[in-house]
Amino acid sequence: MAQTEERVLMKGNEVLAEAAMRAGCRYFFGYPITPQTELAAYMARMLPKVGGTFLQAESEIAAINMVYGAAAAGARAMTSSSSPGISLKGEGVSYMAGADLPGVIINVERGGPGLGGIQPSQSDYFQATRAMGHGDFYMPVLAPSTVQEMADLVYLAFDLADEYRTPAMILADGMIGQMMEPVTLPLARNLADLPAKPWATTGTHMRRTHNVVNSLYLTPQKLEDTNRERFARYDVLIAKEQRQELMLCDDADIVLVAFGAASRIARTAVRAARDRGIKAGLLRPISLWPFPTNAFERVISGGCRAFLSVELNMGQMVQDVRLASDGRVPVSFYGRTGGVLPTPEEILEQIEGLAAELGRDGE
Amino acid sequence: MAETKTLPVYQQDRIDVHEGETIVSCRPHSLADVVFNYCPGCTHGIVHRLIAETIDELGIEGTTVGIAPVGCSVMNYDFFNCDMIEASHGRAPAVATAVKRVHPEAVVFSYQGDGDLASIGTAETVHAATRGEHITVIFINNAIYGMTGGQMAPTSLPNQVTQTSPYGRDVSKVGYPIRMCELLSTLDGPAYIERVSCDSTAHIRSAKKAIRRAFQNQVDGVGYSFVEVVATCPTNWGMTPQGAFEWLRENMLPYYPLGVYKDVVADGFANAAEAALARSADCPIAQQGRES
Repeated sequence: MAQTEERVLMKGNEVLAEAAMRAGCRYFFGYPITPQTELAAYMARMLPKVGGTFLQAESEIAAINMVYGAAAAGARAMTSSSSPGISLKGEGVSYMAGADLPGVIINVERGGPGLGGIQPSQSDYFQATRAMGHGDFYMPVLAPSTVQEMADLVYLAFDLADEYRTPAMILADGMIGQMMEPVTLPLARNLADLPAKPWATTGTHMRRTHNVVNSLYLTPQKLEDTNRERFARYDVLIAKEQRQELMLCDDADIVLVAFGAASRIARTAVRAARDRGIKAGLLRPISLWPFPTNAFERVISGGCRAFLSVELNMGQMVQDVRLASDGRVPVSFYGRTGGVLPTPEEILEQIEGLAAELGRDGE
Repeated sequence: MAETKTLPVYQQDRIDVHEGETIVSCRPHSLADVVFNYCPGCTHGIVHRLIAETIDELGIEGTTVGIAPVGCSVMNYDFFNCDMIEASHGRAPAVATAVKRVHPEAVVFSYQGDGDLASIGTAETVHAATRGEHITVIFINNAIYGMTGGQMAPTSLPNQVTQTSPYGRDVSKVGYPIRMCELLSTLDGPAYIERVSCDSTAHIRSAKKAIRRAFQNQVDGVGYSFVEVVATCPTNWGMTPQGAFEWLRENMLPYYPLGVYKDVVADGFANAAEAALARSADCPIAQQGRES
């Protein structure tokens, strides 16, 4: 692992692993599942070389609970899986949120529900942003759309997790995971410079009273207090950590909203629409939670007249787009699911349909 | 006659010992001075005390990290003065695994009941054992779910009446109790497995010895150590404390025989890994070295 930035050609899943190691992750726990296998294989190969621990757990449930344990012990730890496996981790993520433990969970999504398929999908949006487990909690969810962002966002996820004492998720998909692109790898963190964790269960060494990592509060008022304290941290996250890319939005009549793999196809469709004289733009959420509502305000005040949410599912993020639009701008949806990817032409057809409607409205 | 105790250095400022006085009995330093939530006649309190005495005697309070289960002992993170982690139901061995991997110099123990360890957490239990994690597992088997009000446990005896086996455990429909010591002792990972009880002074002394061995093994790097304590639950068994101990002796001990089920040191090995290697002597690949 080099100490300098390097430009290399790498596969998305492997970049997630390499960037996590550079972010200071020395503990990886996982269970085999397609399409994220390269990530675990890379960790198995590379972590021992830097004094880290790769452990193939007996189950997804054990893996996330190992992350819970390693995080409680003060380490930067990570697990990765794909959709069906992520469901199994839900309990553990809820406990991490309840115990205010930082850690990173990678979901290289595939189609669902059930065993679904193994082709790219974005059908875990609701799960990631709303209901990763039981109880009142959220977590930062970051959605890379390039291999470069796989590196940048996993690096960021560890920092957000530590700063806000929360689990954090990378919501990728089989397409970004499996593709190779040139990537500039981030600098390797010096482990000694990582944030101090005085709350961690490292042993008291008879120098302090004992630390307890726990999510059980049998007194209702105490549980409400801890939840309110956590939501105060969420308020800061919402204020400070919204991330998005705006492409050609300044004068756009029609703004496509798409993340991850879908945004790559939407981007091509937006360019094609511009070639045909349609003022289209792209709002690409990078943080799915917190959802970049501030960017929607900018786009709406800039004169956007229609939103089109493009997703690899039956329509999940579109609900957040409607909430952000709040009835001010009409919102429509186009999606393919089950591992089927829309072509740019399909999306362009939707844009042209919307442009025609706007044209009629304008007459 | 009570044994005279020497206070560990870190405890000396806690108790004033005046000229001419000796300490004959005191709360172990690693046991918190709080009211436990256990019922009369329950042996959780005794086992907590034995663990705390062991931690004190080995001088490892400052390096010990305990994992609390879900069940009656869920709040024992407040009962020990060492660092504690509350795990989700059944997952304590996975949590302990990671803590030990992050802090190999720490002494990591999990404390789990029968529902936690032998039902919902069976996979975590078996796999932490077979990986030979250098942890200490204390297993309280009282043949019932205590915290939730007395449901059938994986270790409830045949024909035992519980809230969810109101006509007695029907083994033809729900199968047989699991004997965890016997099951785990088939694995190569564990170094030490013993079943004890706390129903009499003699048995409490044996239990203390076993628990101490299980912690000492970890300090010495011998390997995974597991102590099952056959325990009482008078409240949910619907008995007096005395009646519960009698029932334990009459029914539990014949089904769950006390004794050592695995001890690689007694078998002449330095640790579990050596014993495992000897057991696979006829398997060429198991005898090979590895690329590192």
